[in-house]
Amino acid sequence: MSPSAPRSIQPYIKPKTMRPTVFWRLAEDIPKSLQTGLMITSIVLPLLLWWTVTTFSSIDPKFLPSPAMVMEAFGRLWGTRELLKDTVASLWRVGVGFSLAALCSIPIGILMGSFPSIRALLEPIFGLMRYMPAPAFIPLLILYLGIGEEPKIALIFIGVFFFNALMVMDTVKFVPKDLIESTYILGGTRWQTLTQVILPHVLPGIIDACRINLAAAWQLVIVSELIAATEGLGRRISVAGRFLRTDEIFVGLIVIGLIGLAFDLFFQYLLRISCQWANQKR
Amino acid sequence: MFLQIHNLNKHFSTSEGTLVVLKDINMDIEQGEFVCAVGASGSGKSTLLRQIAGLDSPTSGEVKIDGKRITGPGPDRGMVFQHYTLYPWMTVQQNTEFGLKLQGVPKSVRREQASYYLNVVGLTNFAQALPKALSGGMKQRVAIARALASEPKVLLMDEPFGALDIHTKESMHEFMLDLWQRTGITIFMITHDVEEAVFLSNRIFALGARPGTIRKVVNVNLPHRTHTIKRQTVFHDYRDELMDLLRQHGQEALAVV
Repeated sequence: MSPSAPRSIQPYIKPKTMRPTVFWRLAEDIPKSLQTGLMITSIVLPLLLWWTVTTFSSIDPKFLPSPAMVMEAFGRLWGTRELLKDTVASLWRVGVGFSLAALCSIPIGILMGSFPSIRALLEPIFGLMRYMPAPAFIPLLILYLGIGEEPKIALIFIGVFFFNALMVMDTVKFVPKDLIESTYILGGTRWQTLTQVILPHVLPGIIDACRINLAAAWQLVIVSELIAATEGLGRRISVAGRFLRTDEIFVGLIVIGLIGLAFDLFFQYLLRISCQWANQKR
Repeated sequence: MFLQIHNLNKHFSTSEGTLVVLKDINMDIEQGEFVCAVGASGSGKSTLLRQIAGLDSPTSGEVKIDGKRITGPGPDRGMVFQHYTLYPWMTVQQNTEFGLKLQGVPKSVRREQASYYLNVVGLTNFAQALPKALSGGMKQRVAIARALASEPKVLLMDEPFGALDIHTKESMHEFMLDLWQRTGITIFMITHDVEEAVFLSNRIFALGARPGTIRKVVNVNLPHRTHTIKRQTVFHDYRDELMDLLRQHGQEALAVV
């Protein structure tokens, strides 16, 4: 016995059409001019707001300094070369800590992604370590490594290494199995497949993982400078806070933001020139 | 016999017990034959091809090429997959050379070899293009050139034209016949497209499903192989015979489920 036909759904369906839009386009390109305009607004509007608030209200500059005062503080700190010294110190820590972490985590991540045996061996402990916040290691690091540069670099290393290894591992998982098998059929050994197929295939993913984790490293350097630092952008901010130099806090924050943005753009550029094949059409 | 499959069985263990995918498969294929295995999904035809390619090993039985037992993948067998398996970061030329590079063939020799086969598949002008610039049919032609460049003893094809539109597919069929006549290579292709199998091959193995077994072997003798043959009775007879066979087994398989 066949079931009877269902009753009509027509009464429930309201006629509707989709209206054309420019601003609310979903996952589609918008006109170049609109895009540029919005991108400029994104920076200029908050600046304008900041300027208006500090100019037309009676907010205590100790609480919120005006853009002009921050510029002035910037000039002062730049003039005494303190700002440059702080920036170089922070950059050096990030550079060393992040490079060491990347150098170790990339090969380990590739091995974890390629060999289920290595993954089984390392993924549980890495998965656990990843959830231990790196700053929580500070007391141990001071105990083991003292208060010099070593604990600061180690902190960045811990904060980057586990995440980066797991993210690299994930990119390896996305190498199509067919591509690996066709390499075997063409006569490739496992080693050749690893170095000549898997590695080039995951390179864009590795660059992207590094880009994301460099942001984490840049956050951790500020935290690390809470450990008895004599110079550094994080140190500059905490000292300024102690003396209520709000304008200098702003200088520190803006410099940190700009350097981070520059790193991000650099990695995006690296991705674009090194992996043209992987480019989305744009 | 050139390619021999002898008493091959393949079982997979699943959570619901042992699944028999291939049962008592025997095939003897002569050098220079163009053979197709047709079957519905679930007939284990892809699994069969993987055993020949050496990507998987049979539960029992063996596969031999030129008298040598297959224990793993190797460049004596070329393979073209259904999904495009070109290396996206390599140019068409580099893709075609890649098998030779893996085997340590000197640069000048492999360049010459790859250029020859790119010419055979008609893609000389695209040698420096990246795969993303190619259409589906062109990608498969590169994959064929790449497989042929290693001078394999047999070319294995896993539904290579399944993802192509009907017109591209037809021109690829004519291209394959021309290539086969010119190179004299042994071809083993699997497909679910009965017309494709009749049009291309000397011999067709019709596989039944669950478990995959050879139900019938059909020798195809067509007076000529151009697209007009598809309108003639002789072509329809082969097609209908195979379609009826597969339909019947399809219904049996459904009844079991």
